[in-house]
Amino acid sequence: MVIELLQYNFVVNALLAAFFASISCGIIGTYIVTRRMVFLSGGITHASFGGIGIGYFLGFNPIFSAAIFSILSALGIEFLSKQTEVREDSAIGILWSFGMAIGIIFITITPGYVPNLMTYLFGSILTVSKLDVWLMFGLSLLIILIFSAFYRLILFVSYDQEFARTHKIAVNLVNYLLISLVALTIVLNIKVVGIIMVISLLTIPQSIANLFTRNFRNIIIASVVLSFVGVFTGLIFSYKLNIPSGASIIFSLVIYFVFAKLIHLLINKLSIRRKTKNFELIK
Amino acid sequence: MSKILELKSIYAGYKDDIILNDVSLEILDDDFIGIIGPNGGGKTTLLRVILGLIKPFKGTIEYFGDSNIDRNNKIGFLPQINQIDNKFPVSVYDVVLSGLIYNNGFYYKHSKKDKQKAKETLQKLGICDLKERHIGELSGGQMQKVLLARAIVSSPRLLILDEPNTFVDNKFEGELYEILVQLNKDMGIIIVSHDIGTISTYIKTIACVNRGLHYHKSNKITEQQLASYNCPIKLITHGEVPHTVLKKHNH
Ligand SMILES: Nc1ncnc2c1ncn2[C@@H]1O[C@H](COP(=O)(O)OP(=O)(O)OP(=O)(O)O)[C@@H](O)[C@H]1O
Ligand SMILES: [Mg+2]
Repeated sequence: MVIELLQYNFVVNALLAAFFASISCGIIGTYIVTRRMVFLSGGITHASFGGIGIGYFLGFNPIFSAAIFSILSALGIEFLSKQTEVREDSAIGILWSFGMAIGIIFITITPGYVPNLMTYLFGSILTVSKLDVWLMFGLSLLIILIFSAFYRLILFVSYDQEFARTHKIAVNLVNYLLISLVALTIVLNIKVVGIIMVISLLTIPQSIANLFTRNFRNIIIASVVLSFVGVFTGLIFSYKLNIPSGASIIFSLVIYFVFAKLIHLLINKLSIRRKTKNFELIK
Repeated sequence: MSKILELKSIYAGYKDDIILNDVSLEILDDDFIGIIGPNGGGKTTLLRVILGLIKPFKGTIEYFGDSNIDRNNKIGFLPQINQIDNKFPVSVYDVVLSGLIYNNGFYYKHSKKDKQKAKETLQKLGICDLKERHIGELSGGQMQKVLLARAIVSSPRLLILDEPNTFVDNKFEGELYEILVQLNKDMGIIIVSHDIGTISTYIKTIACVNRGLHYHKSNKITEQQLASYNCPIKLITHGEVPHTVLKKHNH
């Protein structure tokens, strides 16, 4: 079945998109989860809808306006919360709804029919274009390079910013750079599962991985693999059962999560049993 | 005995609020200073100024002996433990290595020398067996030792500790102070503590911080002196420090 499907360009594109999405979301998601920035990422995701609306209105590819718009909101949230009196979660709330409002306004005043709106909201990996795949490839490469070159720096700044500051590390620069990467990752992966659900690719694989390893690098590697497995399974379900790909991907990921959690519980239980037995033997 | 740094009439605080008024202090490399003072008096703020985390409104800090860049690894810092996320995926060894963060121009890898140093530091504090542990699997006292290891792994000239005795039992506290006394042979130490009774037997001098600073060049202090320093602190009996409960201080 797979071989025969590979004749179709859109299937190849979808698989490539799944592959690159797994890389960028696997790495950036680990950063997001370990720094507890999930809500912030949700905010950036929804704010990007404003960029999509503007793109439609001005008549160019919404991905580009969304990218600019979400990077600006990400930097805005970071700035508002760190440099001013505004609380971080309030700043997120403001930009989250503001972005959505802008999006709705511009889509409404765009004359005529708005094509593919649903693609952005709910995702549709089978419609990703060659350009999308190239952009996702570029982003994955950029993220791999940055995380390989500055792995320790990113790790230490994420762990304890204050301490990094006492060693005169440019903590703000690191934060701004990484939040921009978060924004780009979100926007370029919107087509895979949609604005509403993109956060799942950034959190579920990492949560599964975190059950079995507590090493930053291992979480990254495991998340990349798990994302790909999840997206791939989702695609198969979507094809077989004829349900929307975005929802089916999330569904598969959650099934894997539940499954992993059960295995995790079982492993712990067995280990406790073994240990109590050993203890009794010693006695 | 040489000078590490000197604060010259520092005014510092947050936004429009001046917390430290006209603070001058000279720190030598064999100093062992205990900082005391009421909650909100500005102890942490003073440490933040010394560490370069906040810029004073007025006044200067002069660093001696090192070039300005070099000083960044020359001050070791042990923050209050509750600021740290213990679910973050790093091991004890990683945390200790992070104390050498500035030494690697490129941040990808640590050199053999760095790794050696990290291991030696773990050994010195007797926590080699924790090396591969995840930081979430440590007790409060073990965590303090790990953070202390991170603070001293770069062989700083000055070690700064902000209330290291908050989450630990008496046994660990004594152990910690003994370690500090040893470390004091190689570096100056500044320690913030609420329990002046216990630290007074280990420290050499006392600094009272309450919106300003009074430097008391001895480790013995009486209630009258504290009162005259504007420092309404509860003294808990220990050794020669008299038991007193001072009246609440009004500004
Ligand atoms: N980030 C901040 N922004 C504004 N004001 C602050 C900030 N941090 C501390 N303050 C204020 O500065 C004053 C001094 O605080 P500081 O943390 O230095 O006190 P402290 O002596 O360390 O107290 P404690 O014994 O409770 O740790 C307090 O009144 C506090 O409210
Ligand atoms: Mg304090």
